[in-house]
Amino acid sequence: MTADLGNIALWIALVVAVYGAVAAIVGHRQGRPALLDSAYNGVLVHCALVTMALLSLEYALITSDFSIQYVVFNSSRNYPVWYKIAGLWGALEGSLLLWAWMQAVLAALVVLLYWRKHLAFLPYVIAVLMGISAFFVLVMLIPANPFTQHFPVPLEGRGLNPLLEDTSMLVHPLLLYSGYVGFTVPYAFAMAALITGRLSAEWLYITRRWAVTAWMFLTAGIIYGGWWSYHVLGWGGYWAWDPVENASFMPWLAGTAYIHSVMTQEKRGMLKVWNLALISLTFALVIFGTFLTRSGILTSVHAFTQGAVGYFFLALLAVILLSTVTLLTLRADQLKTEGTVDSVLSRESAFLFNNLLLITFCFTLFLGTIFPLLAEAVRGVKVSVGAPYFNYVAGPIALGLLFLMGVGPVIPWRGGSWGGLGRNLLGPGVVGLAAGATAFVLGIRGPSVVATYAVAVFVAAIAVQEYYRGIRARRKTAGEGPLRALGQLFARNRRRYGGLVVHLGVALLAIGIASSSTFQVQREQMLKKGEALEAGSYRVRFDGITGSRGPTHVKVQGIFTVFNDRHEAGQMTPALRFYPRQQEPIAEVDYWIGFWEDLYVILGSFDREGNWAVIKVMVNPMVSWIWMGGAIMVLGTLLALWPARFRSAAVRGERS
Amino acid sequence: MTLTWKKLLVPLSVLPVLFLLAYGFRTDPRQVPSPLIEKEAPPFALTLFDGEHLSLEKLRGKVVVVNFWASWCVPACYEEAPVLEAAWRAYRDSDVVIVGVNVQDTEEAAREFMRRFEFSFPNGPDPRGKISIDYGVYGIPETFILDKEGRIAYKHIGAVTAETLSEHINRLLGEAPRMEDRRKGHERKT
Repeated sequence: MTADLGNIALWIALVVAVYGAVAAIVGHRQGRPALLDSAYNGVLVHCALVTMALLSLEYALITSDFSIQYVVFNSSRNYPVWYKIAGLWGALEGSLLLWAWMQAVLAALVVLLYWRKHLAFLPYVIAVLMGISAFFVLVMLIPANPFTQHFPVPLEGRGLNPLLEDTSMLVHPLLLYSGYVGFTVPYAFAMAALITGRLSAEWLYITRRWAVTAWMFLTAGIIYGGWWSYHVLGWGGYWAWDPVENASFMPWLAGTAYIHSVMTQEKRGMLKVWNLALISLTFALVIFGTFLTRSGILTSVHAFTQGAVGYFFLALLAVILLSTVTLLTLRADQLKTEGTVDSVLSRESAFLFNNLLLITFCFTLFLGTIFPLLAEAVRGVKVSVGAPYFNYVAGPIALGLLFLMGVGPVIPWRGGSWGGLGRNLLGPGVVGLAAGATAFVLGIRGPSVVATYAVAVFVAAIAVQEYYRGIRARRKTAGEGPLRALGQLFARNRRRYGGLVVHLGVALLAIGIASSSTFQVQREQMLKKGEALEAGSYRVRFDGITGSRGPTHVKVQGIFTVFNDRHEAGQMTPALRFYPRQQEPIAEVDYWIGFWEDLYVILGSFDREGNWAVIKVMVNPMVSWIWMGGAIMVLGTLLALWPARFRSAAVRGERS
Repeated sequence: MTLTWKKLLVPLSVLPVLFLLAYGFRTDPRQVPSPLIEKEAPPFALTLFDGEHLSLEKLRGKVVVVNFWASWCVPACYEEAPVLEAAWRAYRDSDVVIVGVNVQDTEEAAREFMRRFEFSFPNGPDPRGKISIDYGVYGIPETFILDKEGRIAYKHIGAVTAETLSEHINRLLGEAPRMEDRRKGHERKT
């Protein structure tokens, strides 16, 4: 019953999406406003239908309706309701439904926001968005149907993969998908611009917020994914250069390049082809990532099960790449640049270098990710490309990017004088060098770490200096108090000052990554009862074992007393969770998060009588800076996105 | 905006990437050759569900098929269960033993599974997962075929088919009896 409802909703949604795409174009070409209106309505109906399908599956999950195979494989009666809900995106079919739903909601938002606006673009935007939506619905109807029925109806479901039983499951996938899906709107407008030949910066202005919002969600999703990995997977790290992680990072890099280079087109009329190419690349990489995770062509800890879905996504990727590149080639003559780079010392050249580095980074990742495939195709050997390659190539590029991030915001458009630049860079440069020197004096010798500290502090100092100067100027000219001046800075140039906050976040992030990957202390030992292990300034004593029964598993906890500098600091209880259907137990890490360092304890194995246990203790320095940096990046983006009218209305209200 | 041949070449430049990705479908990244092939099979002793004891060492001189299964492994174990039972009935008179190792399961569910597929070959649980660890079992089901000297001759990942089983068993027996024919013979007898 529920399954039929879902299937019927999806079939009609498919028909409506195709109708919407065709009606939008025909209505526009033949000048039939009624047909165009019906296309707009089609988008809304499509959204309602996919919502119905989504609710059907959620209903089945929440009520543990095991006549639907997806519910059997991804839910359990014992689950709290949140995990039942999260089961929707626990596996391939449901995650596609979530994706299709977000896609549908986005299209509906576009239609509602731009009703009778941007009439030259919107028919094509609708056609592209509905085309993508139709694709996702089609995939659900043919190779990956979430409503496939299961017979005989079992009494109990198999439950999610135990690693997904975490509250992060409620956050990370949603953030990431919002980011992925969000980029389809700028892509659709870019396509509309290419098809209609309206190649001015108009499409950029319309989609700026969409792109930045999508970027923010993607950023938050990636960093939250790191946090999930760190506190759940129990290996002490947050990033492993796994193909699927790379698959999320590549569109982020391309998207980052895009949100920077658009400014060059807005201000100078340059890089038109480049911007169109970048947003298309970003979107293509999103689909490439989806293809990677769902086709089974590469091994990854995050991969979904494989199947015919891969062929569909490869076909979509082919359509996107071929159509976009063809359109770009056809329009190349009309995309002549208006301005030129007048000086190496200009904002536009800084953006150019920034783009160059970001795309190099992206290409390097792409190469490393698909290299195993290439090697097997060409030489027939199985190879794997691991973290050493990525760390080796990523370090220098990231450092270069970090440096440009500091310099970029203080170089004027069109070019500045060396003297002016010197004045802007002198203070922060000295502070950065001083930070590097301090690190050296404190005994830190790794050149890459010292360099990262120096450059990151330089970036942070630039941000602080720009704030200080802005506030000082406003205090002089408008006679405002410091807080009010700060508010006014944001009100008047949200993008610049929000962006500087984001840069500050990146600086923290860089310091956190450099420190935690260089100075991690790791000890592993078998402890008899009463024995202790030392790591850094900590002593961890083994006191015994306790067991308890959770809703889906049996949990064995090790009890450890922790001393810091000989003072008793508390108790830690890392655990192993035994699931009836898993070969290996799953480690539950216990951790203390601190500003300067985290203590991280993992239970390896144990004796049933509690006489001994094997534990691994890690002291991870400054990992929390990564989470703080991520939060600041999101905050900065929000500041940059804050609606102008709302803000000035608030300011007016204050005055009256 | 005219499409010339020269311009057409630009979009075609994405084709190599697409072909490479398509090539990925032909390979299975999980299909890593097992280091155990041609090595002596790790010995084990099994307490069977019927209470008997089985020791791998005692089976030296016979071709042994070791199958790791679980009642929750849907659908692969359900697909291969009839195949295994049929092979056992076909080959039981010719120095072939099939041993089922039940992994990470409850006894009740395992017995129900065996009743359902009318298992008559020796099956026993691996309560601590020791045997599956020794054999490097990565996922369920996996099947190992041991030659008469007790070496692992072949490892199969996923549901095993009648063709694969008979091909390897016949090769190791050094003869070529057809499994299909044998099964028919068996049915005639009963």
